[in-house]
Amino acid sequence: MLKGLMFLCVLCSSVEQKIYVVLNETVPCVRLLNATHQIGCQSSISGDTGVLHVLETESDLDWILSSGPHPPYMVIMETAFFNRSVMMRMKNSSRVAGVAVIISKTGLADNFSPHTTCPNQNTGVYSESYGSDLANCNGTVWNPLGNGLSYEDFSFPVFALKDENQTQVLRKCYEDHNQRVNGSAPQYPLCAMQLFSHMHAVTDTVTCMRRTDLQNRFSINPEVLCDPLSDFNVWTSTRPLNNSAKGHAADESVVIAATRLDGRSFFWEQAPAAEGTVSGIVTLLATIQALYPVTQEAPPPRNIFFSFFQGEAFDYIGSSKMVYDMEKNDFVIDMNNVHSMLEIGQVGLRSGRSLWMHSDPVSRQNKSVDTEVSEEEGKLSLFSHPLPPSSFQRFLRARRIPGLVLADHNTSFTNRYYESMYDDAENLNVTYPPGLTPDEQLVYETDAAKSLAEVATLVARSLYLQAGGEEKNLNNITADPKIVNISVFLTASFYIGLGPRVHGPAHSVTRFVQYILANLTGTVTNLTESQCQNPSELSTENKDLFSYFWVSGPASVNGTREPFCVRASVRLSKAVSPAFELLEYGSRNYSTWTESRWKSIRARIFLVASRELEVMQPALVELTETKQKNISAKTEIMFIK
Amino acid sequence: MTLAVFFGCAFIAFGPSFALFVFTIAREPLRVIILIAGAFFWLLSLLLSSLVWFIAIKASNSQDPSLQRGLLIFGVFFSVLLQEVFRFAYYRLLRKANEGLAAISDDDSSAISVRQMAYVAGLGFGIMSGAFSMINVLSDSLGPGTVGIFGDSQYYFITAALMTLALTLLHTFWGVVFFEGCEKSRWWVIAAVVSLHLLVAGLSLLNPLYEGSLPPVYVITLLMGVWAFFSSGGSLHSLSALCTRKT
Repeated sequence: MLKGLMFLCVLCSSVEQKIYVVLNETVPCVRLLNATHQIGCQSSISGDTGVLHVLETESDLDWILSSGPHPPYMVIMETAFFNRSVMMRMKNSSRVAGVAVIISKTGLADNFSPHTTCPNQNTGVYSESYGSDLANCNGTVWNPLGNGLSYEDFSFPVFALKDENQTQVLRKCYEDHNQRVNGSAPQYPLCAMQLFSHMHAVTDTVTCMRRTDLQNRFSINPEVLCDPLSDFNVWTSTRPLNNSAKGHAADESVVIAATRLDGRSFFWEQAPAAEGTVSGIVTLLATIQALYPVTQEAPPPRNIFFSFFQGEAFDYIGSSKMVYDMEKNDFVIDMNNVHSMLEIGQVGLRSGRSLWMHSDPVSRQNKSVDTEVSEEEGKLSLFSHPLPPSSFQRFLRARRIPGLVLADHNTSFTNRYYESMYDDAENLNVTYPPGLTPDEQLVYETDAAKSLAEVATLVARSLYLQAGGEEKNLNNITADPKIVNISVFLTASFYIGLGPRVHGPAHSVTRFVQYILANLTGTVTNLTESQCQNPSELSTENKDLFSYFWVSGPASVNGTREPFCVRASVRLSKAVSPAFELLEYGSRNYSTWTESRWKSIRARIFLVASRELEVMQPALVELTETKQKNISAKTEIMFIK
Repeated sequence: MTLAVFFGCAFIAFGPSFALFVFTIAREPLRVIILIAGAFFWLLSLLLSSLVWFIAIKASNSQDPSLQRGLLIFGVFFSVLLQEVFRFAYYRLLRKANEGLAAISDDDSSAISVRQMAYVAGLGFGIMSGAFSMINVLSDSLGPGTVGIFGDSQYYFITAALMTLALTLLHTFWGVVFFEGCEKSRWWVIAAVVSLHLLVAGLSLLNPLYEGSLPPVYVITLLMGVWAFFSSGGSLHSLSALCTRKT
């Protein structure tokens, strides 16, 4: 493979191309900061170089950490060794220049969650003053399999190797040059790798924002060091709400149905989050699809407000922002409008047909809340644990409203790969029979889809009843498993990212959910393109109640598309932590997560020569120089003019 | 491959020529001028020959590696011939200049002899040729890696430096011999210089078989050195005088 690369390069005279093999697909781990800590990984500014060593057995670990003669080492870590004990030993060793983790299913342990055991423990509802015996997971440890790796601070770069071909290149280089022969050390030249992932921000968000402010104020060419994590929440409602009328909405009593829109993992922008997030999104979408027609034909007394919250993995960015806006009268409704709340948590791994409903025992001490919750639960079984980590907790912090969180787990998560790269389709048991094309896979009804459709039906009917609808209409509310086409979501990444200031308009998943909602709940109008973009000019259209999307339409047989205008009551609302609006960067109440900036993230491999060879060359020089001086001093004698 | 290699190779390639410059040329402004003009003439020859090669490359099929290699060989030999043509042109220019210098001087004799001009011109050619061979390679030697991941020899940098050193010295000796040949109208000398230059260029095409290129080139350098010594008026007698007399 390497020889083939060489022949591509016959005419290029660049010596650089003889030396380095640049790795194209790099998946780094980056630095994130909050009010008090920095987490993630960092390389030095000119990259970290180390001799490659593949970590496959325990003796390799000893070689790297103590006995190998060519430190520092760049460790190529097999999947089985990517756990807390090994990574902590690497962190404490000075002989490790960096780690490249092979991401594959071979050798994967039974469980792997780099998240903490108690997600979002400081920004939930349970604290010293509210349910103190339930705070900090004293009542229930939600993620007992969590090893907390995502929240450690590493001073060397950690990259992920997802591309099998690239891993092969690395292994080949290692086998050709670095392999131990009969236990003796390998000879120079050795294969080495250099990783670049220098992060500009340090210490914590307070420091980073202060330095950024200084730059903005005093520097001619200001350099921003970090950006707050931000994106958009997506919301819609069965009855349109006037977007320009902020604050309390008169005569509106709203039932909120919510789920989260994001996920994360140890590495940057890798978050398949199948069981953690996709199950919730898909269920809520199917709920809306089942519920919407009935609410138009036989509208219930209360409005139903559907919301997808972004950034919940990072101390509830989206939900805290919405609650903050509601309290400040800066949103279409406020807390007085909220009647109750139903949240869909992780619902993908139900064993049998069981579904658990979690409620908050502290707020249920209030009789009226308790009555509402019992009505909400209906006839299904219930247990009184603390609430799992959920957006509902942020609403409870503001007001004791009745609410439930649906989940497939009772005490701790059934998700064994919570917030990791392995929480993918396989974790959700989404399998297709062999031989299906991608188009066929889109419409195939997997067992997971059927299970989620059942949950969606249940949720839709509960919401309808909760909104005061009549029982006779319940049979018309059924979710269609075909609509629940999960495979589309299973290839996406759900990391929140940095939002409009840095990366352009909203995250792709956010946009996708927005358009699906518009498709499910919107109506096609016969406006032209210019009318669609400026609907306020028409008297029949109302920009305050609806948003208008110009859609390119399905591809017809001969390849042309007929675009049209869709009117829907789907909106985006900003999901950035209130701490950044209030400029309280050290806030304890709100999320303060920021992501560092960097210049370049790349990786390359090459050979390194021994120190002896390096030192030998100047010695040669000494020899030639002394000879020169001797002879040139005597030129006059040698030559005749 | 770090600073050690960078400085090592830089001093190997340019050390001797730098020393020659400092001890024999730097004090005489006239010699400095001739040196720099000589370097410029070499540069002109390179420019023209590379233009020809570039046009040939663009006009040909870039996907055919053997054709590209053939064009490269053609380019190398054409460049050698053009360098020698420019050396001859420089000789003519210097002769004319010499007459002018003699006319304006006080005692009707030139401040610099043809032999000295020959040496300085040759050194000028050598320094510029060395610079163009070596600077690119030196800048890549600063990084952490060394050549070899695609199977090339790991001694790439040091052999490039040694080759450059040999070429610089060769250009100096060729300058001396060539000008002497032109003065005495011995055309076989000129033919010998040209063919030796072609031979050395051809040997460099054998790389990366460094055993095939470096030892023969150094043997040629040694022989040329001896020839240049005797051609510029040295003799065994003056050599023994050098060793016995103390400075």
